[in-house]
Amino acid sequence: MTGTAAIADAGGIAAGTAGGDRAARVLDAGGEVIACTVCDALHSVGAGPPMHGRLRCTRCGSVLLRAPRGALDSILGGALATVILVISAVFFPFLEISAKGLRSAASLVDVAFAFSEGITAPLALAVILMIVVLPVVRAAALGWALVPLRLGRPALPGAKRAFRFASRLKPWSMAEVFIIGVVVALVKIGGMATVSLGPAFWELTLIVLIVALESTSLCEKTIWRMLETRSRS
Amino acid sequence: MAHAGNPQPVLTARAAGLIGCATCGCVSRPGTAHCPRCGSVLHSRRPGSLSKVWAWWLAGLIAYVPANLFPMLESTFLGRRTDSTIVGGVVDLVHHGAYFIAGVVFFASVLIPVGKFIAVGYLAYSLRYRVQLSGHMRTLLYEVVEFIGRWSMVDVFVVAILAALVNLGFVVGFRPGPAAVFFALSVACTMVSALSLDPRLIWDAVERDGPDHG
Ligand SMILES: [Zn+2]
Ligand SMILES: [Zn+2]
Repeated sequence: MTGTAAIADAGGIAAGTAGGDRAARVLDAGGEVIACTVCDALHSVGAGPPMHGRLRCTRCGSVLLRAPRGALDSILGGALATVILVISAVFFPFLEISAKGLRSAASLVDVAFAFSEGITAPLALAVILMIVVLPVVRAAALGWALVPLRLGRPALPGAKRAFRFASRLKPWSMAEVFIIGVVVALVKIGGMATVSLGPAFWELTLIVLIVALESTSLCEKTIWRMLETRSRS
Repeated sequence: MAHAGNPQPVLTARAAGLIGCATCGCVSRPGTAHCPRCGSVLHSRRPGSLSKVWAWWLAGLIAYVPANLFPMLESTFLGRRTDSTIVGGVVDLVHHGAYFIAGVVFFASVLIPVGKFIAVGYLAYSLRYRVQLSGHMRTLLYEVVEFIGRWSMVDVFVVAILAALVNLGFVVGFRPGPAAVFFALSVACTMVSALSLDPRLIWDAVERDGPDHG
């Protein structure tokens, strides 16, 4: 556990001695100062992100900065996998069932357009956005912003905007929630038909794991520090 | 963890006369419109946060009522049609002996939404009025709500998958019911409600409530 050692490094700036221009004293004290995004406490993070583990806020305990090593790899790996898997599940049926000689199969588009009648029609659009469009767009935005960083090159124009956009989309991109839906649906069907899972199903299952891995290793504040240093040119 | 206990006073960006960026943590002088690091619009505390939280919270609650009254799924089995609501669907699963999946659906479609209404309402209430919960517990509650809210959408996907896949002529078929729309709307509204809450306000309230709440 290297986390505890790191806590000591990210000393909170104490609210002691009043008087004078506090703002100036904080900013001119030397070393970088960041404010916790959860509780607003100021921290001096002179040496930047730790080599291992993470720096935590002394007030609320949320993560301030995280070791950047490997972070880009897992984010970009997740983005690439999402693009490949979602697109393949759009064009190929990823589920097929049969009962009494009858068969039926569904791709992601079929699933979204299940909501096509009457009052449920707008939901088709929302579902297409949540399980196809937003995951792919978010992955593309992450790629645009972060691939140059991974390759050690200067950031592309609009990299910051792309990364900000990707962060905004994160809650609404629901590929992994959808997979749990597939599992629940299969159990419901189980009694009445034989289910065969296409290869795309297993690929989709992979997304859940990859996205879970990605969200544990992603620290936006750390990525923003990297993006800032690389786009100064 | 080491950060429990000793509530030593910490200087916040606002108390120091500075603005901390809510996206990247970069600290700027007042009067700066956009964060120099990430380009986000800078606010010391997000304006109108509390009223947005309540507005979306209420919208979500209103949509949750028809989501439970209307059928979520219309199933036809050998020509006989049955409608089932969200809770009815869980009961069906229990009758089929699928206790685990019944548990998952009950958790995602009933416990999470109801729990989320209570949690977000409690946090929003705590911004105005004194509550007993410690600051760390309030942060934990906030993080859980943010993380878990989107998983309620699972039931909407289940309905879509069943309707798209199970269409075996006369034998068996499913059609989505109107509740799916209201339920999706309710989940989306509560997600926006939770996202509108500026967590820094929670800690301002913790400070106001006194040192034994740190
Ligand atoms: Zn904090
Ligand atoms: Zn910023």
